[in-house]
Order: sequence, then structure tokens, then C-alpha cells
Amino acid sequence: MSQPFRLNKEGLINRNKKISFTFNGKKLFGYEGDTIASALIANGIHLVGRSFKYHRPRGFFGAGVEEPNAKLQVEFNGHSEPNVNATEMELVEGLSATSQNCWPSVNFDVGAINNFLKMFFPAGFYYKTFMWPKSFWYKIYEPFIRKAAGLGVASIEKDKERYEHKFEYCDLLVTGSGPSGLASAYAAAKNGAKVILAEDKPRFGGTLLTDDVSIDNLSGKDWAEKIITELKSMPNVTVKNRSQVFGYYDHNMLVMFERVSDHLEKKSKFTPRQRLWYIRAKETILSTGSIERPIVFGNNDTPGIFLSAAAKEYMKVYGVLVGKKPLIFTNNDSAYETALEFKKNNVEPIILDTREEHSSELIDEAKSKGIDIRFSHGVIVANGYKKVKSAKIGKLNKDKNSFEKIETVDCDCICVSGFWTPSVHLASQSGNKLKYEEKIDAFIPDKKKQHETSVGAANGSFTLEESLKNGFENGSNLSAKITDTKTEIAIPNVNEKKYGAHDKFWCMPLPKNENPKRFVDFQNDVSVSDIEIALREGYRSIEHVKRYTTLGMATDQGRTSNLNGLQLVSNIENKIVPEVGHTTFRPPFTPITIGTIVGREVGMEYMPTRKTPMHEWHEKNNAVFVDAGAWKRPRYYKQGNETLFEASKREAKNVRENVGICDVTTLGKIDIKGPDAAEFLNRVYTNAWMKLPVGKARYGLMLREDGIVMDDGTTTRISENHYHMTTTTAQAANVLSHLEYYLQIVWPELNVNVVSTTEQWAGAAIAGPKSRDMLSKLYPDLDVSNDSLPFMGYKEADFFGVPSRIFRISFSGELAYEINVKSDHGMFMWEKMMEVGKEFGNQPYGTEALSTLRIEMGHVAGPELDGRTIPSDVSLNGLVSKKKDFIGKNSLGREAFNVESRQKIVGLIPIDRKSSIPEGSHIVQDQNAKLPNPKLGHVSSSCWSVENNNPFSLAIMKDGKNMIGKKFFAVSPLKNKSIEVEVISSHYVDPEGKRVRS
Amino acid sequence: MLYIKCPYCGLRAQKEFSYGGDATVKRPNINEEVSSEDWDNFVYMRKSPRGKHIELWQHIAGCRQWIKVQRDTATHEIFQTAKVTEEIR
Repeated sequence: MSQPFRLNKEGLINRNKKISFTFNGKKLFGYEGDTIASALIANGIHLVGRSFKYHRPRGFFGAGVEEPNAKLQVEFNGHSEPNVNATEMELVEGLSATSQNCWPSVNFDVGAINNFLKMFFPAGFYYKTFMWPKSFWYKIYEPFIRKAAGLGVASIEKDKERYEHKFEYCDLLVTGSGPSGLASAYAAAKNGAKVILAEDKPRFGGTLLTDDVSIDNLSGKDWAEKIITELKSMPNVTVKNRSQVFGYYDHNMLVMFERVSDHLEKKSKFTPRQRLWYIRAKETILSTGSIERPIVFGNNDTPGIFLSAAAKEYMKVYGVLVGKKPLIFTNNDSAYETALEFKKNNVEPIILDTREEHSSELIDEAKSKGIDIRFSHGVIVANGYKKVKSAKIGKLNKDKNSFEKIETVDCDCICVSGFWTPSVHLASQSGNKLKYEEKIDAFIPDKKKQHETSVGAANGSFTLEESLKNGFENGSNLSAKITDTKTEIAIPNVNEKKYGAHDKFWCMPLPKNENPKRFVDFQNDVSVSDIEIALREGYRSIEHVKRYTTLGMATDQGRTSNLNGLQLVSNIENKIVPEVGHTTFRPPFTPITIGTIVGREVGMEYMPTRKTPMHEWHEKNNAVFVDAGAWKRPRYYKQGNETLFEASKREAKNVRENVGICDVTTLGKIDIKGPDAAEFLNRVYTNAWMKLPVGKARYGLMLREDGIVMDDGTTTRISENHYHMTTTTAQAANVLSHLEYYLQIVWPELNVNVVSTTEQWAGAAIAGPKSRDMLSKLYPDLDVSNDSLPFMGYKEADFFGVPSRIFRISFSGELAYEINVKSDHGMFMWEKMMEVGKEFGNQPYGTEALSTLRIEMGHVAGPELDGRTIPSDVSLNGLVSKKKDFIGKNSLGREAFNVESRQKIVGLIPIDRKSSIPEGSHIVQDQNAKLPNPKLGHVSSSCWSVENNNPFSLAIMKDGKNMIGKKFFAVSPLKNKSIEVEVISSHYVDPEGKRVRS
Repeated sequence: MLYIKCPYCGLRAQKEFSYGGDATVKRPNINEEVSSEDWDNFVYMRKSPRGKHIELWQHIAGCRQWIKVQRDTATHEIFQTAKVTEEIR
């Protein structure tokens, strides 16, 4: 159980708590505070995956979000997650990790043959090879490529974890808790601002945890701890670790991904796994730091090659050595700190510095400690397949394009540093056009577009003193503007090592006749030669080069590769980097889980469920429900083994013969009040409304301004200045907005108020020849005769002790009434109706029977009012007033609306009187005609006519009524059906409308 | 997500609003003769400017008032919001 690469005391891990886990089936252990990566390295394991294209062995390269290689399939807490970054995922008891993109194992991977065939896999290989035959793409090429390349496997199990969304508002959001972030948050907090400080890693402090510095005589780590402790104690500050701000959107809204409990062994049932924060910040401090970039050399992807800062982090944070015979390959001073750290732990490094011999504070210190430093040197190619064994190193000539001397040195790791790249992703997402800073060979934020301020290394300031000053000042000034308070804070004394200038050197030349792969982008296997090919083939724009070679794509978004790629393009093109420009930075900065994006909006919580007050009764009586928007409506009430078809036929027949009741609560209801209500309705509806008496209802049709039917429904005059409008279930919300638009904007002079009362009333329709008999039993004291309560009549009456409204309106075409009571009394009303209705053969009916009844009557609904029909298309031109103006009237005169052959509503019956006509069928003259077969119309609604006991459909058809008597085919390629049909009137039952008036 | 200042309720997230198109379009008066051209312009013709645009939004999950918003269609910057009875200059 020994860990050969674990140091005895260094690190911030908890050595009192061992954690066991498995990697590719092997049982291992680490400590609390380890990442999967640090625990594996401690155990001497470096080979963790195979590369995307060539299946080359890959190991760890970084120690955090910059990691391009170490993506693992991880099982923990009972679920399996692909593409987990081993350098970020904290170790938890029982975790099991496996390598991806290799078969049969990471040690022996069949796909690695690609590596030896690499001359056949240049840039654009897929584009060039798999173009033909076209039919091969879906069935052969794509599945094969997906299997051969690709990353982990997504789980097909239901995600049992809980995810949350949270909305937060603050004065100042600080993204990153390095020195500049801590200073900004602290200064703003002292000014009384509401501050959120977000840190991606489990530990606060950023580089303060690894750099050899002191602030006010405290070590960097202790100072960070002191500041965080104080911030945590302040009520105006929220401090969050394991939280990555990954997107910067409009109006200073940022999104943050919090890993709430992945690191916990036990958690309560209601603790979410991860949380998405929507943060609206008045000001944002971007203290996102910088990421070290590599120097490009031969076989630079071999396991055992690290960024030098990562090697230092493994030692100082995790107490882990990445190797015991390190080569440090650098063009700047920062890697000397890594060398000194090795030396402190009794490991002898060799430093290869591309710069000519010179002196600086760090170089002098390394020299005085006896470290072997070789100036004008660099690594040409790393040797070793699954792990670095040695390196061919060379002494560069003065021009750094060839070698004065080449030799091979043994090593077990190479720590490379090509200087630092500010993390400008969030700044760029905010709209900030970046500028190229020649001093650091990298892009930094330019002029602000939103309320964002980059500080510290993210802004190109690489000294602690400058970062702190920058942080304190910006934090203080930005917050003072908001809180009007300014607390003076003394900027602390800093002790840090001074760095000399870096070398603008980013790629090692190759000796003649040697041609190892030199990778620029590890995650997508893009090498120097791939980019050269792309340019040779004429790709010029950096965005095109990116897409052709896949440089900088994939999950790490080129964090370690972008700038080297740009350098290469600019070298070949003989342009300076700012001329080449950079590719677009897009959210998310790091991969986040789909579960987090979805949050709680899954299953029942996907959308609200609207239930009518009678819902429980429907449930108890075997209702099968159908979704109508968010509403649940009974589709039919199942008796025994009935099918939908049988049940709806039974229910509809019972309405035609006896009486049925239907829950119509879901219809939109709008209360309209005011002295100008009649005038308003007169403008909104196509028909006349000025003379509707109190106590009467009227059917109304409303259009959009372009003449298309918007909605229909009845409106009742309750009292002089009070109307009750009903809309279809689907259009309720749109109609309300429509009315509000005209009242608030177009005709504000009208004194009218509208309000939705849909949820205030429970509604039940009583329909059928026996409905009046039933009504008289429901209202024993009320005169319900045809004279007293005629068709389109309205009464208010007491319903067994509760107030109610009775409307004599009909959708089914039968003698019918609609009763409304306050929602609270809905169930009472319904049960009373079932009880009283028994002797008349009353049965409840659902939406399927409701549709049958309206279709055979030729009443139009959603499928006919589909946003393409005008009143005359659906035989409602009788409702269009010629005398008055109304919304959409002027459009009805348009030429296309008045063509005789325009598609209009008709009825269809099958010639055999048996075959049901599928909805959506197209009507054609000749079913065998050559394609394209001219379409004459389409079937909008279909039912089994219970009145005539055969199928009947409504259709919207060319020439409309002129086609009556003719025969056509209704074809549905989807259902593989072609049915010969005859065109008849759309009013199949009771065309004179006698029943509703009876 | 935009941050829109409702003149009645204050700053609210875009989620609470629904977009309502160009606010400068004026409907021809009711009961008045209108030429086909004017009518077509009102119903169909809209400018799609890059830059400043005065538009209607309804605070649908709030006070339900229609409001005017002057917004840059390219940058989404909001310069001014107002009640529909007020002018935006």
C-alpha cells in the first residue's frame, strides 16, 4: 500500500483519512483532498488514456481546468459519468475510474495502429475520405468513426441525482480567489457591497497556495486563509468554492456551476449534486488568472510531460512528485520555482533554458543551490512510448533554428514552461474585444463592453505586488460607486521573487531527417504538420484553420494550444499574431453536466400541471387524461376493457340520445368591464356587438390584423357594463395579451378593463336531448323553458345553495347548457350533476367524444383555425359584418383571400363507409399519379360519426363547396393508406341547427 | 438574459417579459378609410435595423403592462424604457 511518489509531509491533503478507489479495476488509495490525478500520480500511474485520433498513450499534463488529456469515465454514487477531468474531480470513497478511447485496454490499444498510419490521417482526413459514396456516411463511416474516436460513454440510466437552479443578485461578483480576486472581494466587502466570491477549486487562494511569497509577513497560503476567514464572517459576502463561473451573458448576467456534493461521502436526500447560479452583478471582477502554455517539441505528448506549474502544484498542494528525475524545459523564470521545489524535496532537476546565459534573482538562487542549468538548451524529442524515459536535448545556435550539440539525457518527467496566457475567456464573452500585448505574447482585455474589470494575471499583471494593488484598487473603487462608502485599506507589504524577461520562443526546431510528431493541441491530436497542411491547402482565416484541423476545439477549448497555434500560423503566414487574430471564446468555459442545465425541470416539474377542481373525480372514475397545454383533460372514461374508439363512441352516442356532462373548466375566461366594453368587443370581434342585450350570449369570431382567424368563443353580457368572454383552451393567454395590447396601446381612450378569470370558475357542459329535463331537476325553482331560457340565453341562479351562472350555449350541436360555479364548488356541482342525472342516463364524456360531436356538426376548432384560414375558408363569413370596422377587416379584401378556388372547408366520407380517414391525409385526384402529385387539400379532423355510424372527416380543400359530390383519394403515406372519399357538406348532422334551438 | 426596467415594477429579468415588435408602428384609425398601401405597410412591413430600435415588450409575468424599450439590436444595450403613453426620444 505504499505510494512511491508521495512526499512525506508536503501538501494540503488530510493524511489521516485514506480513501480507496479503483482505476481500470486496480484497487488503489489516496487521501482526502486528493484529486483522481494526484492520487494516481502518487501511485506512479501516468498512462491514463489514449489520444483522440492516433490513440497515442497519454498521461496528465496539467493540474486543473487546463488538462487536455486525462478525461476518465468515472462511476460514483451509483452513476457513471464520461469525460470527467481527473485533475479536477476530488477523490471519494468507492469511486471507480476507467480510461476512455481505448480497446481492449489502455495498455494495449488496437486503435494505436492509427499512430503508425499517421501519414494517412492528416488534417482534413475525414473531410477528404468519407465524402463518397454519400449513402455510406450514416450507415458505415459515421458509426465507425464514432466508435474509433470519441470520448466516454454517456449513461442511459435515468439520472437519480438532484440538480438546482438559483438566481442571485449582487453588487460585485469576483471570479477567482487568487491574490487579485481576494484583494478585490475584501476591499469591496469593506465598503459594504454585496459580494460573491467564486473559486473553481476546492481550496481558496489560487497561486498563493503554490508560490513562494509572503504578504504582511504571512505566507501566501496563510494570508489567503486569513482573508477568506474574515470574508466568510461578513454578512454581505457569499464565498463559494468548487464553483466555476463559466459564462458571461447580456446585461452583466453570469452563470456559475457549483459542484455541491460530488466530493461528499454522505449527503442528505435534498442536497443537490450540482447547482447552476444565474448571477446578475452590478460589477464583475474577472480575476481568472492565467494558464501556463507549453513549448512545442517532438513527442511532447508522451506521458510524464507536465506543465511546470502543474508539477509544482502536485508537490505543494498534494505532496506528490511527478517524477524523480525531472527535466525542466523553460523560456522564462517561473519554471525555476518548480526546480527549486524539486530540490527542496531532495530531487535533482536539470534546467534547460532556451535563453542565453544571464542572471536574475531566481537563476542566481538556483545556481547557488547547485542546480544543473543549461542555457541555450531545449528538448528536441522525448523518448519512451508509455512513459518518458529519456530526452534528446540540443544546444541551440544563436538564431535558434539549428543545433550546436545534441545529446540524450535520462529523465522520468519533463516539466515545460512557455510563459503565461491570461484567461480572458469571460472578458471575451462579455463582448470585450481583446488586444495583443506584445510584452507577454498574449491577448489581454481591451475596452469594456459591459461592467467587467479584469485584474491580476487575467489582465496580464504577473507580479504579486501589482496583482494585489490592482485588486484592492478596483474592488474599492467599483464598490464605492455602488455603496457610496469608501473604507481606506492599506495595501499590504509583499515579498516576492523578481522574474527576468522571458524568451519569445515557443517551438523547438527539428534536426535534419527527424520527423517526430510535435503536438500543438493534445486533446484533438493536432500537430504542427497538420496546421502546415491546412495553410498549404489555402485555409487562411484562423476560424477556418480551427475548423479544418480541429485546433482548439474539444472540451478544453484550446486552453494550452490556442496561442501556440496562432504563433505557428503567424510564422508561416509572415504576419504578426494580432493580424491573425484569435478564435471566438464561447461559453461554457469548462464542460458542465446536462443535469445542471436542466435543473429541477424534469418529470413532473418539467412544466406546471393544471388540474380542474373535478380532477379527482375523473381519476376515480377511470378517466384517461390528455394534455391540453398544461391542463389535464379527461379524454375518455374507460369502462371495462374498452378502447379509446369504443369509449368515445359510447360517450358521444349517449349525448346524442340522452344527456352527457363534460368538464369545460379549461376554456379561457376573461372578465371585461367598463362603459366602453360594448364598443371594444365590437372592434375586437368580426360581428356586431353593440346591440347584445343584458342576459344574452353571442358567438364571436376574432381575427388578427392580417385577416387570419385568431380565436372563437361566446361572450355573454352579464350586466350593462360587464361581459364574460370565453376563449379556446389553447388561445386563452394569447387572447388576453391581444386585448391588453389594444386597450393599452391602440385605443387607450376606451374605458375598459380585462382580467383572466379562467381559474375562478369551474365549468360543466350538459348536452343532449334530455339536458333540459336534467336542468329542471338541478334548478327546481327556475323556469328553464325554451321561452324563458332560449338558445344563447343566460341566467344566474342558486345551485343547491351556491351561486351559479347558466349559459345556454352548445359546442356539441345538441340542446345544451354550460353551468359555471366558483372553483371551490366545482366538485360539489359535478357530483350533484352525476347524482341528479342518473335517471336521464347521464354519462360523463371526454374530449374525444367532444371532438366527435363537433366534427359531425361541422363546428370548427384548432385543426381548422390553424393560422392559415380566414372566416370564409371555414364557412363563417356570415359572422363578418360589412357595416362596421374591426381588427383585421381591411385585410379581408386582399386579392388572394377572394379567389374562388381558395381552399375551404368541406366534409368527406369514405366510399366504403368503413375506412377511417387519417388526419393529415392529403387529397389528390389520382392516387397513382406521378410525383409530385398535385395536392388539392388536407384532412383536418376525423371522427366516427355516431349519428350515421360511419367515418366522417372535415377537410380544407381547393374550390370548397364546388367539389361536393365529387370523388377523390385521401392519401396518407405516413399511415400507408389511400382511401377513396366523396366530398359532402361540412355540416353532416342537423345542418339547419334545429337541435340547439329546440 | 436581458435586464429590463419595467416603468411600473423596476428592473426584472427578461424571463418575465414577452416581446411585442416595433413600437413605432401606428395602427390606422378605426372606422377611417385607409389605402391598401398604408394598410399593407402597417400589417407587413417592418424595418430590421442594426442598432437602436424602439420596441414593445409586455411584462407578462408581472404587471401585464405593455411597455416601450429602446434597445440596440446588435449589442442588446437598453438605453431607455417607458410607459406606452410616454415618448422615447
